Amino acid sequence: MSDAHGLRNGLLLVAVLAALWQAVYWLVGDSALSSPLDTLRYTATLVARDDFGAHVYDTMRAFAIAFALSVVFGLLAGFWLGFDRLSGDVLEPMLVTVYAIPKLTLYPILLLAFGLGVSAKVAFGVLHGIIPIILFTVSAVRNTRPILIKTGRAMKLSRPQMVRWILFPAAVPEIFTGLRVGFSLTLIGSLLAEMFASQRGLGYLLMTGIGLHNLPQVMSVTLLIVVFAASVSVLLLWIDRRLHRRR
Amino acid sequence: MSPSRARAARLAVYRFAVLGGAVALLEALCVLRVIDPITMQAPHLIVRDLWRLLASGRMNAAIAKTLTNTVLALGLAVSVGLVVAALLHRRRALRDTLDPLFATYYAVPVFAFYPFFIVVFGLGDLPQILIAFMLGVVAMIVNTLNGLDRVPVVLLKTARVLRLGPADAALRLALPAAGPYIVTGIKLAVAYAFIGIIGSEFILSRGGVGYEISFAYNNFDNAVMYPLIVLILLASTIANAVLTRWERTLLARRGAT
Repeated sequence: MSDAHGLRNGLLLVAVLAALWQAVYWLVGDSALSSPLDTLRYTATLVARDDFGAHVYDTMRAFAIAFALSVVFGLLAGFWLGFDRLSGDVLEPMLVTVYAIPKLTLYPILLLAFGLGVSAKVAFGVLHGIIPIILFTVSAVRNTRPILIKTGRAMKLSRPQMVRWILFPAAVPEIFTGLRVGFSLTLIGSLLAEMFASQRGLGYLLMTGIGLHNLPQVMSVTLLIVVFAASVSVLLLWIDRRLHRRR
Repeated sequence: MSPSRARAARLAVYRFAVLGGAVALLEALCVLRVIDPITMQAPHLIVRDLWRLLASGRMNAAIAKTLTNTVLALGLAVSVGLVVAALLHRRRALRDTLDPLFATYYAVPVFAFYPFFIVVFGLGDLPQILIAFMLGVVAMIVNTLNGLDRVPVVLLKTARVLRLGPADAALRLALPAAGPYIVTGIKLAVAYAFIGIIGSEFILSRGGVGYEISFAYNNFDNAVMYPLIVLILLASTIANAVLTRWERTLLARRGAT
């Protein structure tokens, strides 16, 4: 599918979703839903509020640290498991299983271990983000064309040189897919952590909105999160597809 | 025993060793008080408490509630997913339009909609079921579409030669041929339904296993919290293993394409 075609479909989709939202609003009225326009207006005042920056900063800091840790340790573990056939075969299915469990239930353990604060949030983000990065890196390393590895051996490359000059460049597109998925899941993890227990952050804003029965606030924060996550994901997906095509 | 079977058995032994080693390490750290009991109880105590908790029947209502909601959400996600996928498979333009939605869907935190649903529908079962449904349905649609795309053309021609009606062709040809991929969808939908229900119970709710965990956490009641966490991990791991096995059996029977 061409980029222009994809862009048209994307815009059409956004328009349809907005129209659907407006239609439901007309159907159920003010008490149950705030209209798209009202939500945008409220979002503008929310963003202009003094404390809003602090909430965003809090979420984004936890998210950024968590993602950085996920990338570093995910790549290290991924290359190790990809290289070492036996460890990979033993541990990969276990990681796949962990991927599918409701990780939210593990959050109290992290809270007890790290205390209520940024480190528990970071740890929870890492727990979500690191697994896809490991899994995609493992498969990227294993799927490297044997001829490339043979070439490296013929040139008597050391293991670090092999990673730097052969495996990494060959594996970049697939590793990037892992980073893309890891990015989204780390964000989800950080937000979930905030929704369960926190004193600041976007997740906290969402949850206080329920207590105050402040529908516009809940809808505005939800909209901001969804728009942010979706736009970054579209951008990463675009880079991802280009990398895969170039290979 | 064939070499590949032997290797698989050996890998399983290693896996148990890794798991057993991890549990033994935790046990040692807890017994030696490197990890204090306020943070975590020793694994053997968790197992004992889990047994007592289940035998006492205190958690039966919570478990029943969680299971009912999970099954409802799963049933909805699977049936709606199948129908939508079958429709989209025939409507190329509609499918193209929805493609960006499917591609970015799992990057968006679906749980962010939970507070919104609570404000609109009240703090009951409906918001939880909606979240679990939303998480599962797209995996079901995407995998069913993937399966339908892989139905061999020769089968479709056979259906025409045999003059099968659309219902017969769907049931006797498309469904078995797409079966393994549909099971992949179901497997993901099960995991997502479980994550959705437990997660939303955990964030904010009035009952269910997730609620009991968060209640125990707030009361520093480790004798309830850890056993319930282990229960959830066991349940989801077993469900996942059973469905993975089913998926493999179907794939083997269908033959690779």
